[in-house]
Amino acid sequence: MTFGIVVFPGSNCDHDAYHAAKHVLGQDAEFIWHKDEDLKGADVLILPGGFSYGDYLRTGAIARFSPIMHAVRAFAGRGGPVLGICNGFQILLEAGLIPGAMLRNRSVKFQCEHVHVRVEQLDTPFTAACRSGQVLRLPIAHGEGNYFAPPDVIARLETNRQIVFRYTNAEGQVTDEANPNGSAAAIAGLCNEARNVVGLMPHPERACESALGSADGLRVFESAVESIKSGALVARA
Amino acid sequence: MRARVFVTLKTSVFDPQGKTIADALHSLGYGGVEDVRQGKYFELDLATSEAAQARAMASEVADKLLANPVIESYRIEVD
Repeated sequence: MTFGIVVFPGSNCDHDAYHAAKHVLGQDAEFIWHKDEDLKGADVLILPGGFSYGDYLRTGAIARFSPIMHAVRAFAGRGGPVLGICNGFQILLEAGLIPGAMLRNRSVKFQCEHVHVRVEQLDTPFTAACRSGQVLRLPIAHGEGNYFAPPDVIARLETNRQIVFRYTNAEGQVTDEANPNGSAAAIAGLCNEARNVVGLMPHPERACESALGSADGLRVFESAVESIKSGALVARA
Repeated sequence: MRARVFVTLKTSVFDPQGKTIADALHSLGYGGVEDVRQGKYFELDLATSEAAQARAMASEVADKLLANPVIESYRIEVD
């Protein structure tokens, strides 16, 4: 199977995602330039982290209008699995593929550290290989990860079980100290209503080998492989 | 014509930068500054001499790109 990794001007985790898919997991991987219109036969799309368009205006606000986003939107509409990591998550929010928006971290600092997130939902293509309530140790690196949505939207996300990852302590408990950026409802990651589009602020692709301090992120990529192989997802680019 | 677009966070949205600026002002002795909200300001030079058209154009680009309606609102001045 093929991971398609979309490269925007200013993406800087594209090679990390490529490395995780290609060299750690042994799958095919293709870079897809943001001006392309073809998804190169990808089974799974990754919008990687970075600073697309220098984070000008708002994070992800300009990348959402890149030509490739038409194909990404169509692929997502067909049920294709799409993972937005960090800036990729911000792009998904700006594109309206996942509800809500990001504010500046409540600390007003760029937070660069390892955090713990609890897997809240297993029926997404990026968590299917996790255990219920599993706590993953993943790095974050962002200045604008303070998730915001109005209370009625948060309530709908809870009802629809769209909160996929929550910031917790190492024991899996949601506490204010364990929330690195002030996100509403300790939200670290969400999915869309159809559950095939997932975005998260932590970087699973930077935590796929124990030499990097954690291999927990591998579960996210293995989930995609298992989901495709089990035939749960059949959309093709 | 020129349109000026002022984008601000909605009142229901916490503004960490504004809070930090307010704290800085307090530490500088400006206790009378009760609150600060940070926003963005855009000047658009528009290829029209019709105020109504300029306002409509500015409003369209504000809706499409300049402001994120989840967290921000905007107002427009035209001259």
